[in-house]
Amino acid sequence: MASDEESDEDFVSYGTPLEPLEEDEPIRKPVPVHEQTVKDEKGRYKRFHGAFTGGFSAGYFNTVGSQEGWTPSTFVSSRQQKADRQNARPEDFMDEEDFSEHGIAPREIVTTEDFASERKDQLKDKARAVSSLAALIPGDTGLLEELIAPARSSIGVELLRKMGWKDGQGVGPRLKRKQRKQNDDAVQVYGCAFPPNASEESEDDDEFAPENVTFAPKDVVPVDFTPKVDSHGLGYRGLNPLQALGGGSESGHINLFTLQSDRTTSLFGDRNSRRQRRGGIGGQAFGVGAMEEEDNDIYHKDSMSNYDTVLGGEEPGDGLYGWTAPQQYTRKKNDSKRDVTYLGRILDGFTLASEVTEIKTVYPPPDLPRDYRPVHYFRPVVDSSTVSPIVAQALLTSRGHLSQEAPQQGRHSLGSSQRRDMLGETPLQGPSSVFELLDNKDRERLNEIRREAEEQNKSVENLSSAVDRAAVVASAKAAALRALSSRFQSVAPQPDSHTQSRTSPTRTQASSETQMALKAWSGPTADASKTFKPFAKNSQKQARYDLYINKLKQGDKDALELSLDSSMTEWERGRERDEFVRAAVLYKPSNSSLSSRFTRSKNEDDTDSVEVTRDQENDVDDKQAAVKMKMFGKLTRERFEWHPDKLLCKRFNVPHPYPGSSTVGMPKVKRDKYSVFNFLSITDSSQVSREAPSAPKPPGSSSTLPQTPEVSNKKSRWDIPGQVSEPKDPLSAFLSETRSEVLVAKQIEAGAKNQTDSSHATATPEVNVAQSDGKQTEQKTEEEEKEEDEEEVRPPMDLFKAIFASSSDEKSSSSSEDDSEEEEEVAPPTSEPIQSSAETLNPPVSAQITPAPDISKVPDLKHLTVQSKPSAETTALNTQSSSQSAPAKSQGLDEEEFGPRLPPPGFIPSACSPQLKKQKKKEKEKHKAKKHKKEKKKKKNKKHKHKGKQKKRVEESNSSSDDADSNSEDENRVVSTSELLQRLKNIRSKR
Amino acid sequence: MAFPQPRPQVPQLPQHLLRTIECQQGAVRAVRFNADGNYVLTCGSDKSLKLWSVSRGTLLKTYTGHGYEVLDVDSSYDNSQLCSCSSDKTVILWDVASGQVTRKLRGHAGKVNCVQFNEEATVMLSGSIDGTVRCWDTRSRRYEPIQILDEARDGISSLKVSEHELLIGSVDGRVRLYDLRMGQLHVDFIGSPITCVCFSRDGQCTLSSSLDSTVRLLDKSSGEMLGEYSGHVNKGYKLDCCLSDKDTHVLSCSEDGHVYFWDLVEGSLTLKLPVGKAVVQSLSFHPTEPRLLTAMEGHVQVWGAEPEDTAKLSSVC
Repeated sequence: MASDEESDEDFVSYGTPLEPLEEDEPIRKPVPVHEQTVKDEKGRYKRFHGAFTGGFSAGYFNTVGSQEGWTPSTFVSSRQQKADRQNARPEDFMDEEDFSEHGIAPREIVTTEDFASERKDQLKDKARAVSSLAALIPGDTGLLEELIAPARSSIGVELLRKMGWKDGQGVGPRLKRKQRKQNDDAVQVYGCAFPPNASEESEDDDEFAPENVTFAPKDVVPVDFTPKVDSHGLGYRGLNPLQALGGGSESGHINLFTLQSDRTTSLFGDRNSRRQRRGGIGGQAFGVGAMEEEDNDIYHKDSMSNYDTVLGGEEPGDGLYGWTAPQQYTRKKNDSKRDVTYLGRILDGFTLASEVTEIKTVYPPPDLPRDYRPVHYFRPVVDSSTVSPIVAQALLTSRGHLSQEAPQQGRHSLGSSQRRDMLGETPLQGPSSVFELLDNKDRERLNEIRREAEEQNKSVENLSSAVDRAAVVASAKAAALRALSSRFQSVAPQPDSHTQSRTSPTRTQASSETQMALKAWSGPTADASKTFKPFAKNSQKQARYDLYINKLKQGDKDALELSLDSSMTEWERGRERDEFVRAAVLYKPSNSSLSSRFTRSKNEDDTDSVEVTRDQENDVDDKQAAVKMKMFGKLTRERFEWHPDKLLCKRFNVPHPYPGSSTVGMPKVKRDKYSVFNFLSITDSSQVSREAPSAPKPPGSSSTLPQTPEVSNKKSRWDIPGQVSEPKDPLSAFLSETRSEVLVAKQIEAGAKNQTDSSHATATPEVNVAQSDGKQTEQKTEEEEKEEDEEEVRPPMDLFKAIFASSSDEKSSSSSEDDSEEEEEVAPPTSEPIQSSAETLNPPVSAQITPAPDISKVPDLKHLTVQSKPSAETTALNTQSSSQSAPAKSQGLDEEEFGPRLPPPGFIPSACSPQLKKQKKKEKEKHKAKKHKKEKKKKKNKKHKHKGKQKKRVEESNSSSDDADSNSEDENRVVSTSELLQRLKNIRSKR
Repeated sequence: MAFPQPRPQVPQLPQHLLRTIECQQGAVRAVRFNADGNYVLTCGSDKSLKLWSVSRGTLLKTYTGHGYEVLDVDSSYDNSQLCSCSSDKTVILWDVASGQVTRKLRGHAGKVNCVQFNEEATVMLSGSIDGTVRCWDTRSRRYEPIQILDEARDGISSLKVSEHELLIGSVDGRVRLYDLRMGQLHVDFIGSPITCVCFSRDGQCTLSSSLDSTVRLLDKSSGEMLGEYSGHVNKGYKLDCCLSDKDTHVLSCSEDGHVYFWDLVEGSLTLKLPVGKAVVQSLSFHPTEPRLLTAMEGHVQVWGAEPEDTAKLSSVC
């Protein structure tokens, strides 16, 4: 409490506080002015006294504190008690109101005279002025008093004097004149500066200034801006009685109209200087006294030139617009020559600066890249020697483009033509390549030879053991041919063969890749405008690439050679060749059926970056381990910043947690679109070279190897952990094995075909080269067509039949399908919960490419996902790789089913109303009508079901089979699996 | 009046079958009590939504308007509105009395698994197989959601709403807790696809069932596991779990036709309630009384703590 009171005392409060508002109180009417009362601090009414109510009415409340009013003190004096002599002071007759702040004798703390400034008391001045009028010697009374004024100075002045200050000096450390001047020159001026030619300096310029003498600084007259407190017009000075009446001053006459023009030229002024007036007020408005001789000057002739007639035009003469400048500077105004030469108007009180202040160049802060994070992010450092070239390549290109023109590579990455353009040189005249010096026929021949040599190389590699001899023969022939051609032109083939020998290993790779690219691009595909532009940064290169792609589409085999710039060096061309081929393989168009499902994003962003949530989830493996150890809590929990929408907060009656922020959801940052992970599945060239010659490859399977069980057995997110960890059951393993064997057989066939082609071509190389070339291409295209057909056409039906020949599936599946059409789509009609890994359309799961999961959500990566699509489909179609993924895929094609499914409806037949049954019959009929359309789909469906059952059987799943027909199905299954094994063996032996 | 409270009774479990309701709407995908527990809502696979009286077991209203099977329903606190979601990718806001569609909201890219009102029925939240949760405004006529929560990397299987928190279970094996007041997102990794999540009635714990046949009770604030309940079968289907009315027991559906009751604290199996032969798909616990709804195939069963006749008597008296 005590402390409270103390704290209250610290504050000064004025007026009466408003009454605290109570809630639910009706709003009171404001009290009208005439009913408002004023009370003093004791709660008494205060009265306002006006002139007509009697002025100081010494009432009870206002003056002395008794009801009777003011009572005079009584004088009592006795013998014992002598009364003190009382001197009544004015204060005795004042009440507290008079002593208060606004009273007539306020009691407040004031500075005593000792400490007050030297400013004279205005009241005293006035009084003196008035009294001077009445004095005997008019106007001179004050002088006497001032003369004998006590020598009294304020404490500040005393102190200054003690410190060595003398009157007339400035305050501050003593200075050296010269030095200061020098300093002044060196001083840099920031902001406002005094004009360098201040008055004092110009005075001092020619003064003698000894070096070791210091001076006190000049006294500075403070600019005194007196506030205007009277209500006179601007510039009006009232009559100074001293001057007006006394007339003692020099000027004598007071001109009430202080027009500057008048001041110099007026008759009065002239006259006044001549003859002294005796005093009194004179002027236009005042008449001429009887003693005055002249009276013509009383009529002032005002001329119109004294008035402004133009609004906002010429300003009043001094040009100050009412501002009174310090005198010192105005005096110097006209002195400086610089000012005269200055064209514009210089304000009074200012001069031009001697030095032009340099305009500071302001550098804007650097633009932060949009994906800038204030934390350094370490790129994985990969030693190219330790990692496979593919990964190294991927890392290299992950910064953005496949092209090598990353800025950090600098000039070395520029081509010769680019350098030439940059330097502004004219292109070299004449042929750029030695090759061009040859005449047409020879060149053609050389080309032919080269191509054939490549062909040979390839075949040598392909047909490892069986066709060794033929290849050797062919290569020998090629060598002979080369020797022969060298006879025509001794110099020409030299560099060519040289480069070829140098790049031969990569060449063979490249050629195989060329094949792939050709395969991928020829045929009905998306038009060029929709394809990805990998070299968009370099327009020339992109143009060449486009040409290449176009040629590829036309099925031109020489697409690569024709599209390259002939003016480039051989080495550059070689490099570009590699790049193009790789780009063509990487960004190859999707299957036409699939590409129709996807559309390009409308606004192509060329920023190479994607928005990614700032906070990424930690390693899942750690968490999984934690879950296994049942250590939930810190290990499995993660906290992220999340911004709810403002409206959502409002609807939930919750204050917005981040009031200033405008983001919604997780905070996003920009990231490089092409992260390392996007490219890790880049075509392994060694793999390709091994694979590509064995022609029957779908375009999409370039990076998928159907034989490898890892790919087909890829883990889906939908998989239940238990299932994933299970080893493959023997049956499915067996199936996949046989399948791969079939494939190998096919490959061998194709290889042989190839070989025969090439041998045929080499058999008659000289006779009609061009013709054989044409043939070859024809054959090639035919082959390709075949391959495409193979893709489209499923494997022969007997294979399916052999595998799935159980007679009862038609019936069982159809009967269950007939239950209701809808249910079939929603949940598979089999009553047992089949653990199937559902195929998803989600990119991260479906693709063998495993981009970072967050990035994969972004639709911009379409080309990647699109690319992955056909492979998934073709593996499903072509290879039927393993029993585990196959049902999943076929189901996925059927109907996308995600996550935990809904249990089967499990109809009780009795519950079905007859009406419903009828409906179903109808549906059945419809179904049949549709059947032939759906046949393909259904086939898959059936397969899937069976696989599921088989698997289930092998796994000995514990689900209770409630359905009535499950027993019979069980029997079927027994038959089918044994039969299946048998038939598979048959196939194997046939092959 | 001033008698001391009797000793707390041993919580009674709803183990007596009071009533079986044949819903006549295909498979019952979800069964839910309304806010005060007097009515039952069933979602049928024949695109209809039905309102039943619990005490009499009579059909009160059928709501039709969905284009595919209805997957979840929720009633507002004042029983004036219903929201339901369906495989047809829509969320529908219903007027209870008239049975009219107040609003039909499209926007999800896949079937919508779960829907919930917030406390004041100003926002509907729907979780879909497309991996997003959309917050729909019931107050405005906008057809776009207020906000889309797309942090989940897989389909949303279940969601619950409390005063200022959203609990979302996803097939990516994570339970996400969005705290609107703190502006934070807590992600709890469970590992196995989540089928159902719920808050405990005191709001301090979360319950989540997953496809590894386990129900886990996690501390809401720290994410630590308080209890693990297993024994039931939940490997392929989206089954419900819940807590009893006084948070004493944990309940879960099972694929073997039982409802499992575990003691919440001890984690021991208290009761294995045989419901039928097929999969118990959905269940709902009465908000205040020991009463349970289970959905199996095409019918809904009402379970109470006491047999029917005594229950009737007590209600009469």
